Amino acid sequence: MPKLTVDGIEVEVPPGSTVLQAIEAAGREVPRFCYHERLSIAGNCRMCLVEIRPGPPKPAASCAMPAGDNMEVLTSSPMTQKARKGVMEFLLINHPLDCPICDQGGECDLQDQALFYGADTSRFEENKRAVPDKDMGPLIKTTMTRCIHCTRCIRFAEEVAGVPSIGAVGRSEHMEITTLERAVESELSGNVIDLCPVGALTSKPYAFNARPWELRKTEGIDVFDALGANIRIDSRGSEVLRILPRLNEEVNEEWLGDKSRFAHDGLRRQRLDRPYVRRNGRLHPASWGEAFEAIRKRMEGRAGTDIGAIAGDQADAESMQALKDLMRALGSPHLDCRQDGAAAIPGQRSSYLFNSTVQGIEEADALLLIGCNPRWESPVLNSRIRKRWLAGGLQVGVIGEAHELGYRYDHLGTGGQTLRGAAAGRNRFCAVLKDASRPMLIVGAGALARPDGAAVLAATQRMAELNGLISGDWNGFNVLNRAASRVGGLDLGFMPGEGGANTGGMLSGAVDTLFLLGADEIDLDGLGDAFVIYQGHHGDAGAARADVILPGAAYTEKPGTWVNLEGRVQRSERATFPPGEAREDWAVLRALSDVLGRPLPYDSLPALRARMGRANPVFDTQDEIVAAAWGGAVPAGRIDDAPFASPVANYYMTDPISRASETMAVCTETFLAAEARNG
Amino acid sequence: MLSDGDRIFTNLYGEHDWTLKGARARGDWDGTAGLIAKGREWLVEEVKASGLRGRGGAGFPTGLKWSFMPKESDGRPAYLVVNADEGEPGTCKDRDMMRWDPHKLVEGCLLACAAMGAGAAYIYVRGEFYNEARHLQHAIDEAYEAGLIGRNACGSGIDCDVFLHRGAGAYICGEETALIESLEGKKGQPRLKPPFPAMAGLYGCPTTVNNVETIAVAPTILRRGASWFSGFGRSNNTGTKVFCISGHVNRPCNVEEAMSIPMRELIETHAGGVRGGWDNLKAVIPGGSSTPILPKSICDEVLMDFDALRDAQSGLGTAAVIVMDRSTDVVRAIARLARFYAHESCGQCTPCREGTGWMMRVMERMASGRARVEEIDMLLDVSKEIEGHTICAHGDGSAWPIQGLIRHFRHEMEERILSYRSRAAAA
Repeated sequence: MPKLTVDGIEVEVPPGSTVLQAIEAAGREVPRFCYHERLSIAGNCRMCLVEIRPGPPKPAASCAMPAGDNMEVLTSSPMTQKARKGVMEFLLINHPLDCPICDQGGECDLQDQALFYGADTSRFEENKRAVPDKDMGPLIKTTMTRCIHCTRCIRFAEEVAGVPSIGAVGRSEHMEITTLERAVESELSGNVIDLCPVGALTSKPYAFNARPWELRKTEGIDVFDALGANIRIDSRGSEVLRILPRLNEEVNEEWLGDKSRFAHDGLRRQRLDRPYVRRNGRLHPASWGEAFEAIRKRMEGRAGTDIGAIAGDQADAESMQALKDLMRALGSPHLDCRQDGAAAIPGQRSSYLFNSTVQGIEEADALLLIGCNPRWESPVLNSRIRKRWLAGGLQVGVIGEAHELGYRYDHLGTGGQTLRGAAAGRNRFCAVLKDASRPMLIVGAGALARPDGAAVLAATQRMAELNGLISGDWNGFNVLNRAASRVGGLDLGFMPGEGGANTGGMLSGAVDTLFLLGADEIDLDGLGDAFVIYQGHHGDAGAARADVILPGAAYTEKPGTWVNLEGRVQRSERATFPPGEAREDWAVLRALSDVLGRPLPYDSLPALRARMGRANPVFDTQDEIVAAAWGGAVPAGRIDDAPFASPVANYYMTDPISRASETMAVCTETFLAAEARNG
Repeated sequence: MLSDGDRIFTNLYGEHDWTLKGARARGDWDGTAGLIAKGREWLVEEVKASGLRGRGGAGFPTGLKWSFMPKESDGRPAYLVVNADEGEPGTCKDRDMMRWDPHKLVEGCLLACAAMGAGAAYIYVRGEFYNEARHLQHAIDEAYEAGLIGRNACGSGIDCDVFLHRGAGAYICGEETALIESLEGKKGQPRLKPPFPAMAGLYGCPTTVNNVETIAVAPTILRRGASWFSGFGRSNNTGTKVFCISGHVNRPCNVEEAMSIPMRELIETHAGGVRGGWDNLKAVIPGGSSTPILPKSICDEVLMDFDALRDAQSGLGTAAVIVMDRSTDVVRAIARLARFYAHESCGQCTPCREGTGWMMRVMERMASGRARVEEIDMLLDVSKEIEGHTICAHGDGSAWPIQGLIRHFRHEMEERILSYRSRAAAA
């Protein structure tokens, strides 16, 4: 543990720390541009120069200098100050100073640091440099004249995203950051906007929309995949203007997938802003009273066993609890929160959780992916696997489709046949798992959401047991859920009851009255003339088929609880109000229950949440993981030979919001349609 | 004057056969295995005792540098990298060594590898040096064929491969860590130090980077003994050195001389004197373009070695003596150098990327007089904001010529500005 002093303050830092970390440990500040905790050290901006004694009579870059014993670091000595002032002057001489028309204004590192460390006037009288802008696709707007060459974007693309398609060409003052003259092909590309310390890379969809001080910032939870990335929702008035990641080391670090970041413009389109009732084959606008009345009429005298409910992929736990209570009150056993029908063992949490936890990936030394494409099913989680892989010593095997994942893997086979062999120990990767000290497997919906899903689940669980994935403090069995609502729904028991039908059953005639809670990714053709109630926020597949539409709130418009794939209960706050007559979903269900004569026993969100806690104590926790006990495999049938197919055909459009998003449509065109056309 | 018998480079002018046969006749590859047999420690100690300082410009003691290499391998191989990316304006010594005495370098590679426990030497040759690379490759091929390098080199029991790699013409790739990056196939940009190459260099392995001349003189030093070499020059500045004399002299040349020879003697003995006589001298850049310029008053007395030139606020650098007579427009000359350094900055770190271009533009205005007198101080301040604040020494090298100019020729810059003003006013 090196001991050193920073401005006379003694600090002791862990071995391997840099001087910059020591300065921070001492509570002192040091300005920087190129340094970023999550990227490799470049040391090129020179803003963090500090005087270090003993040493040569020149300052050293504190971000790159290892902290040594008995060092004396001076962060405000004349030498340090002169170095900083000089670097700041150099950074500004060719920077356009177009702050009034720059989207970074108000949240710009260069602006802030120039204020604190710069001079008040410029001595530079030559012409400033102009740099041609680069094409970085539909999400990233470039103004390369503003670039200060910190290379954070290059390092992010290469290290975190795994797509080395941003680079620097040329040298001297003509060095330019550039791309391959096309969009950056990564689902994490938007993060370079956050990383860029100046206004060189800004958000294209958000261009010239707002200044940061006009925005109301709300802490939320992302629902576009099951990771539950922590987000900040920036809104003005009734509009969500942008979404940024929030720091959470255990979940998303500080990254966010492009869909989660940019799909919010879908919140303004195709919205259900009032109730509708179908009369004579056509949907007509209606009042809440008329809509409830239409439901009441339908339910009147109907046996509970004729009624079913399916919860969609973005449903919050509160509304699922309320719907479940209502369905039970109506006497219905037909409930399911799994639109895709993926196998899970109710009541056995370890059978549907990502048990190793996201942070646990960093401990793993062997990983088997079964029927999943983490890059599209959860890009931020995939970046965690890449991070672990880059650190060295992680062997990866894949059973399923061979995708470009950002790390090298052993492609063992494509489907059920390979998995059967592996489950019986007849696969070269079994030895890898057995030899590893922290082996893990991740099984995705591509394998579990099939008719033989239960058999796949059993086989993978057995594999986990046989190959040492389950030990005292380690559970290497992981399910990669895709739906933000899934773990919450399973925890609440939003599953078929005694004699109840599952999603497939309900959709093929088990019920004649079906309640869809934001469920759009299901095939509704088999419903015949069943009566469909759709509660949700977008006019998508479900609403088109509905007989009664109850307008609900999107994830940014309600306080809600989501449980992420690890089983972490997270709460999101309301950023804006739902449009028009739309209301928070649990309140809609509470009001409906009155009309149906079966009032739910809670009148407030806290009371509902208390009810959830009684249903499953996990809901009394927040932001923490309660390890799930290993349940063991339940043998179930034979695995089909068919190859595992990824459930995500288009990362950019997976749900009602992203399907309504113009930005996501442009991304689909740029990244997928164009590629498909060009073969 | 150095006697012919004490010259290391006996074919510097290409008068004799440069291939293996000729090299052997001049004493190269003589008893190499015997030298290796004396062991690693002896080799390093002998070079230390000789007082040899790096010939690439910085003048770091070579034996000490070699001793930094790990004594026990941790499993990683160790490498010697020879810096033959000679690009410093005014410098042309390595070029003639490779062209006319390539076997000295190849033998030096083997001995240096033996001294450092390195298994391979990479010679990074400046891209423009086509014939030099051809001769050197021929010498390497000959040495392999004769069993002098490769497996069981010279029958010494050690293995040593020598590889030649041609650069692509970037000046910055002569900086040792940028050279390593380039050798690895990356963009030639200097690395942050620490870690130093001796800990993590080429492909992350322990590496020593030495100049061509440093390696090429090693065999002769080891053969003739440290005390022979240290008998030349002043203490701490020992040995012989190849000087490159160019500019306004009657016979520009490369010449091997003893260190610490007076500059005047060097120029007058070997280069036929300054054009128009010594009194026609205006200034000399003593060690390649990055070392600060010296006015005649200093040149009259100064000795050509590391310490004497450092005390004169300049440096020996690569010992490339650029002579300028009274016809020279020194402001324009330094402005041209400023343009060179701005062009060759790698663009990685801020002070150098932005500062060299700024200095270049101000210098160009200074050269024509389109400036204000106060801007001279500003220019000096800008050069000091670059110096010492960059990742590599390129920033220093671009600041020093301008600092030297302002130190010794400020009056000329001021006159230029004032005369431009008066002409402009008259017009």
